[in-house]
Amino acid sequence: MAPLSDTETTDDAAAETQALPGDGLREGIVDDLRARIGDALIEFEIDPNTDLTVRVATDAWAETAAALKLAGFSFFSFLSAIDWMPSPYGKGEDDPTVEKEPIDMTIKQGVCGGETRMQVFARLTDLDRHVGITIKADVADDHQVVDSWTGSYAGANWHERECHEMFGIGFNGHPDLRNMYLPGDFEGHPLKKDFPLLARMVKPWPGIVDVEPMPEKAEEIKDEPLPLTDEDGAIDVDATVEATGDDASPPDPDATTAVAAATGDEATHVGEADESDGEKADDES
Amino acid sequence: MTELSERQQLSYIASQAADARLNVELETEGMTLNIGPQHPATHGTLRIIARLDGEQVVWAEPSAGYMHRGYEKLTEVRTFPQVTTLINRIDWLGSFANEVPFILAAEKLMEIEAPPRAQVIRTILFELSRIANVSLFLGDLGVQMGATTPAFLAFRDREYVLNLIESATGGRFHPNFDRIGGLKDDLPKGWINETTAVVKRLIGFCDENEDLLFGNEIFQSRMRGIGVIPAHVAEEYGLSGANLRASGVDYDLRRDNPVGLAWDKADWKVWTHPDGDSWARCWIRLQETRESCKIVLQLLEQIPAGPIMTKVPRIIKVPEGEAYVSTENPLGEMGYYVVSKGDLGPFRVKIRSASFNNISITPWVLKGVYVPDIITILASLYFILGDIDR
Repeated sequence: MAPLSDTETTDDAAAETQALPGDGLREGIVDDLRARIGDALIEFEIDPNTDLTVRVATDAWAETAAALKLAGFSFFSFLSAIDWMPSPYGKGEDDPTVEKEPIDMTIKQGVCGGETRMQVFARLTDLDRHVGITIKADVADDHQVVDSWTGSYAGANWHERECHEMFGIGFNGHPDLRNMYLPGDFEGHPLKKDFPLLARMVKPWPGIVDVEPMPEKAEEIKDEPLPLTDEDGAIDVDATVEATGDDASPPDPDATTAVAAATGDEATHVGEADESDGEKADDES
Repeated sequence: MTELSERQQLSYIASQAADARLNVELETEGMTLNIGPQHPATHGTLRIIARLDGEQVVWAEPSAGYMHRGYEKLTEVRTFPQVTTLINRIDWLGSFANEVPFILAAEKLMEIEAPPRAQVIRTILFELSRIANVSLFLGDLGVQMGATTPAFLAFRDREYVLNLIESATGGRFHPNFDRIGGLKDDLPKGWINETTAVVKRLIGFCDENEDLLFGNEIFQSRMRGIGVIPAHVAEEYGLSGANLRASGVDYDLRRDNPVGLAWDKADWKVWTHPDGDSWARCWIRLQETRESCKIVLQLLEQIPAGPIMTKVPRIIKVPEGEAYVSTENPLGEMGYYVVSKGDLGPFRVKIRSASFNNISITPWVLKGVYVPDIITILASLYFILGDIDR
């Protein structure tokens, strides 16, 4: 294989007229694949001298595997899926002090495009020519089933089991689609974007407070109060630090007010039931 | 395709005969044997369910998932620099090597490159983590067969390597040292001389181990001709690393796909073995440890001067795109398929870990073997539980 030439950046027009050796290799692979599966090859994208991605029709998913195996791609690397829907729960870097903007839920596929929310993708390598290929295919929204690759690559067995468990995609012709990780009666498919990450739901990510301001902004906000210590439902920085210190309670800003209210109650009812108040105080201390 | 060697053919015939005997000979009542999840030979919590007929395995199935931590989901709510903390814990014996392909994938999307000094230091630390990882394997290998001395030698010499990694990065097991665009720190003073001395010692350890273990008759009779995996089966299952090269396939990502690290600056050799049996897999790993020592010694002499970090924004946003980068980790091909939507964190990360594929072959390879061979075959395939479950 020709040495990687990352420094050479050629625009598309130049690449067409003056094809690099690696490009010729990958273009040859695409031509070869087109000869084998015909119109089922929908789209391809070549990253010069680095990578090759193709998208094939869903019906030709298994056929593509057989064709590529004949074309010399004997090494099975992995098979998985992508859920292109943006997460309705937002991402980890959301600042809790800023009011959440409505999330743009338009589904936008990546390299080589696509039309459906779910896509399966797999990676094969040609060990003689030292070239890898990523194969993608759409998975119909109403019928999330594709053909199994186990007929061509025995190693796809576990990968398809994992994919079935994590994304809920079925594989026609797979010998045994049992769960690998989760109990058999588990409901839901964890790697789908609409499956909530419960750890994040119950406790805001403490890593948020680690993000320092940019140096040019640091001077401006030096005199202002910290943005993270306001009153309405935000994270209290001190409370977070304390909570990570003793790990006893989640950094709930309401906790401090609740304690204050409780002590207030004690003060008013102090004459009525001394013993019970004493117990209460013990519990809280 | 590689032709079968004579040994492979003989072993094939033997396994065919064993299959035939199972059907024709004594009609015995089968039993199911549960190995694990606490069996000491499993390096963690893998469980093997084996259906036996007498002393032979009729059917075996590993049951993974006792250590699944959901890293692929967690990466979706972390920022790019925070992800390295997670992926350190995939293959915990060679942690630094886990970080490198992810960082390279992020760098590829950002279209930046680490400075030459950082690349060479990365390669050195990468190879040191391979030495730390595989030397434990070589020591542990003896324990699986009742030989305890190699384990002591391995733990003694591996300790020096871990000390080196600790003094350079600050972490013995989880360095978290690689950064997008370079490295966290430069090497400490005196580290190069110290490393040269330790790596020379490690070459001695390899020689000792070869004499003690690999030349041992019991070891050879337990290993040779056992668990043969032909090349085409290994490729189909996606076996990588030493497991693939032990089946005669000459493929090493360090040589064949050098993704911007400094392996091409050293003179070293990719070892292969035609047999494809347990012994070949272990022997390849021994040779690779030696080659790693050679790479480190050569690279230590040619660390270029210069910065260790290229200019990156203070808050890292990775441009929209997809990249797959894989490197030859201690256990095999480790790759990350990173999908970014231009945010602070990745949109999706598919972690291609070596052990997942390496262990998925066990139902195929354990069919027809005798019960004690289960342990040696699993040991020679060499897996780390965190690398299977992720």
